Amino acid sequence: MMRRLLPPLVSGSLFGAGLALGGMTDPARVRGFLDIFGDWDPTLAFVMGGAVIVMAIAWRFREHMAHPLFAEKFSLPDRSDLTGRLIGGSALFGVGWGIAGLCPGPGIAALVIEPASAAIFVVSMLAGMFLVRLVEGNA
Amino acid sequence: MIAGFTLSAFPDAAPMDGLFGGILIGLAAALMLLGAGRIAGVSGIAARATGISDSGMSTSSAWMFLIGLPVGAAIVAIASGGMEPSFASPVFLIVAGLLVGVGTRLGSGCTSGHGVCGVSRLSQRSIVATLTFMAAGIATVAIMNAAGLEVLP
Repeated sequence: MMRRLLPPLVSGSLFGAGLALGGMTDPARVRGFLDIFGDWDPTLAFVMGGAVIVMAIAWRFREHMAHPLFAEKFSLPDRSDLTGRLIGGSALFGVGWGIAGLCPGPGIAALVIEPASAAIFVVSMLAGMFLVRLVEGNA
Repeated sequence: MIAGFTLSAFPDAAPMDGLFGGILIGLAAALMLLGAGRIAGVSGIAARATGISDSGMSTSSAWMFLIGLPVGAAIVAIASGGMEPSFASPVFLIVAGLLVGVGTRLGSGCTSGHGVCGVSRLSQRSIVATLTFMAAGIATVAIMNAAGLEVLP
């Protein structure tokens, strides 16, 4: 039980710590990064750079592993098709990200930083997700 | 929070905090990949935990990951002597939240799943998704600024 539940808890905690340290839980920081035509704040480029470099190394390790450390097999996405749904959905997400300066991870992490505001965002986000399921049936 | 180099052209930027924060995020995603064999994509995990999505890790694992997010953020907030960022007003938060929710389900991911895990894997879908949501975010902020819409107090 612990062997199965501890890794996601540790992963989530590291993730949340990284988001807060990197400034992703500060909407002004995020919107400042997106404001390339105005008073640009490059901090988030360092966040993304640091995360992508570490993960690029992790993908190399993965190639030499028959199975994950705490699970029987890898369960990873394998699609490569570019669809209107992917692009349209990502565009909608980007508009929302730009409006409030929050994406899903920081929105949830910010529940301990500014609980009322973060809760409004997270509940609305879940409502939006539920709406897609409602319209499409299962996902 | 962390001392170190700064950028003279951008005195308000926090490159060291950003880099170390990014490395922590990378380690978190690496643990999820190499430990559990899964992608640390927050939007998908949130959908999974709440029963909106039926595929992915176990519901209990999804909840563990989600609970960890504020736990980790709280540790950093306490260590840094408190964080008091400004957030948008409720109307903006609701509109933004709905768009983020709909968009991440249709687009199969967000900044973490596509932007970190997918881009580092050179996934064609994730690279296109990331370029798209970055461009949309940049355009949104530019248009709102041009229209004089102040979001953060």
